[in-house]
Amino acid sequence: MNLHEYQARGLLKQAGIPVPDGEVAVSPDEVEQIAARMGDGVVVKAQVHAGGRGKAGGVKLAKNPKEARAHAEKILGMQIKGLTVEKVLVVPTSAIASESYVGVIVDRASERAVVMVSPAGGVDIEEVAAKTPEKIFKQPVDPKYGLLPHQAMSLAFNLYDDVKQVRQAATIMQQLYQAFLNAGASLAEINPLITTPSGEVVALDAKIGVDDNELERRPNIAALRDVSSEAPAEVAARDAGLTYIKLDGQVGCCVNGAGLAMATMDLVKYYGGEPANFLDIGGSSSPEKVITALEIITSDPNVKAILFNIFGGITRCDDVANGIVAATKQTKLAVPIVIRLTGTNEDAAVKILQQAGFEALTDMDEAVQQAVKLAQEAA
Amino acid sequence: MSIFIDKDTKLVVQGITGRDGSFHTQQAMDYGTRVVAGVTPGKGGQQFSGTVPIFNTVAQAVAATGANTSVIYVPARFAADAIYEAADAGIALIVCISEGVPVLDMTRVMPFVRDCGARLIGPNCPGLISPGQSKVGIVPGQICAEGKVGVVSRSGTLTYEIIHQLTKSGYGQSTCIGIGGDPIIGTNFIDCLQEFQADPATEAIVMIGEIGGTAEQEASEFVAQHVSKPVVGFIAGQTAPPGRRMGHAGAIISGSAGTAAEKMAALEAANIGVMKRPMEVVQLLKGRL
Repeated sequence: MNLHEYQARGLLKQAGIPVPDGEVAVSPDEVEQIAARMGDGVVVKAQVHAGGRGKAGGVKLAKNPKEARAHAEKILGMQIKGLTVEKVLVVPTSAIASESYVGVIVDRASERAVVMVSPAGGVDIEEVAAKTPEKIFKQPVDPKYGLLPHQAMSLAFNLYDDVKQVRQAATIMQQLYQAFLNAGASLAEINPLITTPSGEVVALDAKIGVDDNELERRPNIAALRDVSSEAPAEVAARDAGLTYIKLDGQVGCCVNGAGLAMATMDLVKYYGGEPANFLDIGGSSSPEKVITALEIITSDPNVKAILFNIFGGITRCDDVANGIVAATKQTKLAVPIVIRLTGTNEDAAVKILQQAGFEALTDMDEAVQQAVKLAQEAA
Repeated sequence: MSIFIDKDTKLVVQGITGRDGSFHTQQAMDYGTRVVAGVTPGKGGQQFSGTVPIFNTVAQAVAATGANTSVIYVPARFAADAIYEAADAGIALIVCISEGVPVLDMTRVMPFVRDCGARLIGPNCPGLISPGQSKVGIVPGQICAEGKVGVVSRSGTLTYEIIHQLTKSGYGQSTCIGIGGDPIIGTNFIDCLQEFQADPATEAIVMIGEIGGTAEQEASEFVAQHVSKPVVGFIAGQTAPPGRRMGHAGAIISGSAGTAAEKMAALEAANIGVMKRPMEVVQLLKGRL
């Protein structure tokens, strides 16, 4: 789960990191009032779970409250990568002397959290890593001891010469590591970490991604989920215990297991089609889950054919068959459906489907080819 | 022969009385696995299926039965502690089927497991099966057959699909192992490749990867240097968009790293036969055996 910038800033503040005051607004009126209160210039920043906000025109500088209002009128309601901007963050403009990057991520290779810093801040850090890897400095953290003061200092000396700033940055790194742990994060970053003309080290932007597996034991973090900022179909899927990601193609896919779901999408593409979605109905299937899955797939107007690909292990093929039959009794399908099932209770499933007038296939390749063909004919 | 588990595997099931635990324990027993004990705190003294003694702790189960392998079916919030408990009790091979273990917990679990001298497989994995000998986890026994192909995979049902293709065409398996789709896992591709290379009963290896991370690239380098047996591979997620987690916590393309194209190129560079579709596995193997 990704947090909004304003939420991440809040967590950094709680951890003691210096962050300029900011306020969240949902209307141009509010933005104008906040800007007037703040005096001088402000920045109006779209709060949306998508990268490249700046490029999309979602981050604007304003010299006065009237200008802030005008920006807010454009930004609120704007679409960025398919997501509607519902909120903006208003912060005072900061005078910047230098920009660095500080982040904590989980590193698969060392099996540890790693603190990563770079004097090349304010830009896309992956680009820095790709083009100038010598400008990135890393310190794996032993979970037993945490980020030790001298480790943080060593990192900070790569950012600043002034020892006062080095100490400030080192403290911020330790606080960031603590905030990362407290949030159950998989990523926590400050980009940029700036120095002001008077020499203070301040966090100007914040990004936190939380490990979904942490949410059950961290209700305070789980409460930060903003469903209004997510695609409604993905929210509905999650509530039903499914994983759904919308794509742009015409073949709606319903599969059990993430790996097989990806392989099915790939096979659709291989045979000249485009998958409309990733959808994993998970391990233990129930007819209800299948009904929800079909509702979600058919709510996408791009879908021209539906493909079920089920390899029964824990998932019982008869559960899936019953779900398909029940769902199509409720609402007749407007697009053709191709069903492939094999594995646990396959025979029972085939019978259930045939009685309801559906054909059941057992071969994945054949099913995918058929679905692609049907989608192309309908398009 | 096989890797990690065989006829002598003595299994203790952690969470044996739960819905998944009891179902899959019965399946494993029907398959012929030596299930010697179960553990559910508070149910010590009872029996599972009339024959398997249940204990309150893993340590008690080990002391009474000599169990050397454990499989974990407990709910996510207890899973990390179940791994610690098994390692603490001296279990040599711990297979964690449970999904939902926070990755930060895994940063602590892994050093602990190593200090105890244990091996962890998973979490969030289907486990493993050595056909005709033993089954630890949830891989359906009926799709497997005894034979000489070793299968290692980050996925669950996709692995079944490929095993199914192999079995249908007369290629049985020495061991099939699902290592799990999380960012931090106990046993990786390289561990399994090393074992398959050393196992005289394994003549060829099938490796099934997916987007996210660099495990497949590292495995490819290992194959190029240390594996003389033929290897064929598959990478799922060629059509996955960057920045979106495709079900598995580990299956996410971040920036330009971890794409299917990058991984397939690494496989090819190591002379691994790359399948474009799961059903090509048999044809590719045939060409290399």
